[in-house]
Amino acid sequence: MGFKKLINSKKALSLVAAFMLIGTNVLMAQGTGADPKAADSTSKADMWLGVGYYVLLVLLACVIVAVVGKILRVYDLSLRMQGKKGMNWNNIIGVICLIFLVVSMYGVYWSFTVQGNMILPESASAHGGKIDFMFWTTTVITMFVFFITQILLWVFLFKYRGSDKRKGYYYPHNNTIEKVWTIIPAIVLTILVVFGFFTWRTVTNTDNLKNDINIDITGHQFAWEIRYPGKDGKLGEVNYQLYTPNNILGVNFKDRNSFDDQKADTLVLPVNREIRINIHAQDVIHSVYMPHFRVQMNAVPGLPTFFKFTPTITTADMRNRLDNPQFEYLLYCNKICGGGHYNMQKVVRVVSEAEYENWIARQKPYLTDQIKKELHLADASQPNKVAENRIALNN
Amino acid sequence: MSTLAVHDHGVAGHDHDHEHHHHDTFITKYVFSQDHKMIAKQFLITGITMAVIAMLLSILFRIQLAYPDKNFPLLETLLGRFAPNGRLDPQFYLSLVTIHGTIMVFFVLTAGLSGTFSNLLIPLQVGARDMASPFINMLSYWFFFTASVIMLSSFFIQKGPAGGGWTIYPPLSALPKAMNGSELGMTLWLISMVCFIASSLMGGINYVSTVLNMRTKGMDLWKMPLTVWAFFLTAILGVLSFPVLVAGVVLLIFDRSFGTSFYLSDIVLNGKIMPYEGGSPILFQHLFWFLGHPEVYIVIMPAMGISSEVIAVNSRKPIFGYHAMVYSLIGITTLSFIVWGHHMFVTGMNPFLGGVFMITTLIIAVPSAVKTFNWLATLWRGNIRFTPAMLFAIGLVSFFISGGITGIFLGNAALDINLHDTYFVVAHFHLVMGSAAIFGMLAGVYHWFPKMFGRLMDEKLGYLHFWLTFICAYLVFFPMHFMGLDGVPRRYYAMTEFPAFNRWLSVNTFITWAAITAALAQIAFLYNFIHSIFFGKKTTQNPWNANTLEWTAPVEHIHGNWPGEIPTVYRWPYDYSKPGHDADFIMQTTPLSETMSSNLPHDFEDNPAGLQQYNEWAKTQRSSEEVK
Ligand code: HEM
Ligand SMILES: [Cu+2]
Ligand SMILES: [Cu+2]
Repeated sequence: MGFKKLINSKKALSLVAAFMLIGTNVLMAQGTGADPKAADSTSKADMWLGVGYYVLLVLLACVIVAVVGKILRVYDLSLRMQGKKGMNWNNIIGVICLIFLVVSMYGVYWSFTVQGNMILPESASAHGGKIDFMFWTTTVITMFVFFITQILLWVFLFKYRGSDKRKGYYYPHNNTIEKVWTIIPAIVLTILVVFGFFTWRTVTNTDNLKNDINIDITGHQFAWEIRYPGKDGKLGEVNYQLYTPNNILGVNFKDRNSFDDQKADTLVLPVNREIRINIHAQDVIHSVYMPHFRVQMNAVPGLPTFFKFTPTITTADMRNRLDNPQFEYLLYCNKICGGGHYNMQKVVRVVSEAEYENWIARQKPYLTDQIKKELHLADASQPNKVAENRIALNN
Repeated sequence: MSTLAVHDHGVAGHDHDHEHHHHDTFITKYVFSQDHKMIAKQFLITGITMAVIAMLLSILFRIQLAYPDKNFPLLETLLGRFAPNGRLDPQFYLSLVTIHGTIMVFFVLTAGLSGTFSNLLIPLQVGARDMASPFINMLSYWFFFTASVIMLSSFFIQKGPAGGGWTIYPPLSALPKAMNGSELGMTLWLISMVCFIASSLMGGINYVSTVLNMRTKGMDLWKMPLTVWAFFLTAILGVLSFPVLVAGVVLLIFDRSFGTSFYLSDIVLNGKIMPYEGGSPILFQHLFWFLGHPEVYIVIMPAMGISSEVIAVNSRKPIFGYHAMVYSLIGITTLSFIVWGHHMFVTGMNPFLGGVFMITTLIIAVPSAVKTFNWLATLWRGNIRFTPAMLFAIGLVSFFISGGITGIFLGNAALDINLHDTYFVVAHFHLVMGSAAIFGMLAGVYHWFPKMFGRLMDEKLGYLHFWLTFICAYLVFFPMHFMGLDGVPRRYYAMTEFPAFNRWLSVNTFITWAAITAALAQIAFLYNFIHSIFFGKKTTQNPWNANTLEWTAPVEHIHGNWPGEIPTVYRWPYDYSKPGHDADFIMQTTPLSETMSSNLPHDFEDNPAGLQQYNEWAKTQRSSEEVK
């Protein structure tokens, strides 16, 4: 019996070796031939060779599994023939469970230390600090539960693996224990809820501060438009029906506040100033996501939204802290919005107050000459186009 | 029992006679069958087919994420215009993600899971000859089948399948010009879902009425196995929430095809001012998640029921805290109707409302925690038999813990600001719902395979299948948490446009290979499943030494389930390893009078006559011992 096994496995081994050799050859050949400019027929042939190689590999894996299965069966039979019991799978699996526990705990540890270090840096906004604190509190509590329960699970599996000699312990219920483990999670969750509720309420507070900067961000497929309020600190009204290729936001220039509005390519923010971003969408839902500031709010057509926050770390400062001179804060879309969803970003730059003043002074007005021309034309030809439209729709 | 039950019984009896005269043709036996066991198999096989398709779709888009810069000529050969030059088209990528999600959530884990096991087990475990309405049951399957065909047919149209994500938020899904996936493909999606919901409602109504009206003698509610409880509550949940999705979908169809503005307002698309006014996209989200959240529990509850049963049987121990298990299921059912807003914290919904949803959401974690602890307590001091079914049930517990814990983060509105729509959410729901429910389903397949096909599956292949799938699932989803915490958004076709995400590329490649390995591991299952149907070892009547009624039915399937009278039930289903009894299980059909030595006063709770008898017996027993 033992010999048979040996032969079997030798055969398998040499098969593996042979396949590997052929396979690498095929793959190498394909590596050079897969140049997109190469003649179509040869690359097609190479492609099928590559596919064939992988299919063979899978088949080979199946054969190996089958062979191992046969070996196990033969081994089991031989045990039985010698009058012993067959393989004890309860023991085998029990041990595997224990091994799995140890290896997976190491894996979790590795993941936490390596990938856990790749997560976002500390929050660069005032409210974000509160969110981070909440996050770490939740992490500590839940990880405690995670480790306890997973360890119990896998240790129980090993410890109470089946045997003919024992019987299970008839233990249908215990009201005290059940109450305890209903009430304890309830208390812990209550704490988290209360804590979270107040954090949430402060983050989403709606009272208006006097000194905040109002900025409009409008999403459309597939870009963001940024509009600053200009000297008066007030943004002019928008109406989607006023859309023209030049005035893509549909700013209403009957509103005086719009005259000094400015257009920008980058979202530049002065550090430590309260910012209110007003969020619009023109076609489908988008989402303004600035993870470094712990800011996210959907941009919904027909439903203007906003988010208030205070940046606390300048871009330059963050570059130093991260030791990464290329670092930029980003704003990107985080709600599926079509084919270009994956590339809808704006750079966000947090600068000192002085730099901000300097920068904002250089931004172009939204009311360009083209728009002015357009407006005059419109006024001349169709004096009350907008108003008429309105009336028609209201009927 | 109600008169209805008696009436139904009569009808079933009549059918029975009928059957003897006219032999089943191929069509009535295998195609338009009205037998619940055959319908269960139809659901299972369709479900598995859909699962394999959805899995292959996921491999396609995982390849894109792992190798965003490479061309794969094979892809062009397979997909043609959807993968020009061997690279997936960005819009087609979104279609793949959408159809993958839709098929997995609805077609596999709702219809495939509930459809298979509710159909198979409800009549067999409560002791009924068939479903309340076998005809509606048959319709339910055929509506499901139609829905599947329509959903898949969208791959063969010019612009490809729906692409707005499985949540199909308008306006994206409402404006055909917004993306390829919002054209005809979306129409097909909507039609398919309407058929699907019809199927689901017909099934649900049948399950509820069968459980309520057709239980055998002695089978009161508190003697039902947890599987039946779970299927029953799931069906109620579905019947109450799916109609709301129909409403949402019908309004969306109106917006798409008849120019209404339920969800649309203030829209300029590609430079064209659209005439819609006064609608609200948020309305759709409310309607969708009013179903959508219960839906995730529709998916997990049957899996929980199956696992509870499998864990009890294979630990050779009663399930710990049977009443608590039922009450927590009821709690989850009720609460799941009032938490939907946690999917909408940052949609512009009133923040105060968000606060309220956060409170309800974290409450729902309590019954979930209780279930977990009770499973652990069931394993404690058990005599655990590692069948493949048992391993998969354990896998469910492990996944449910890992994924449930991240729910605590997401349920917290303040934390969700930064986590919403990132890979953290992807990790959360693939563990707690995706993997856990699939494992519950597989546990069910391995456990009840002998009941369905009269043969046994190969255990060793089952072990291989379990370990490979289990480990790979963790390898796939665990790293995603950290991507989410780094702000990597879901539903991105490629991360290459963001230099900051470059460092995740190696992780993405790793995840893809883990996913491919997991997919290959399913060969072990498929081979085992198909091979065992035809060549598996013949099973005995009760291969797992379980207590429940289905194992009193003969191995050979007969119409009406039991040849003679339906057995009567005398006890709860979890008398495993009861002290004083020689075997380590006592079937539900064994009267207490036959097991005097193992009875407990508790067994006679609402049976004073029995208690008195028992006390007398105990007294004589004691006195005879004294004599000795
Ligand atoms: C411990 C209890 C749970 C809590 C507190 C919880 C909380 C949440 C929250 C707040 C979200 C929204 C995240 C976001 O989009 O930003 C979410 C997403 C999700 N959860 Fe859970 N969850 C829990 C358990 C479950 C269970 C048991 C399932 C399924 C069986 C599930 C399935 C899902 C799914 C499918 C999504 C994603 C939907 C999507 O956006 O595509 N969750 N969960
Ligand atoms: Cu987007
Ligand atoms: Cu939910």
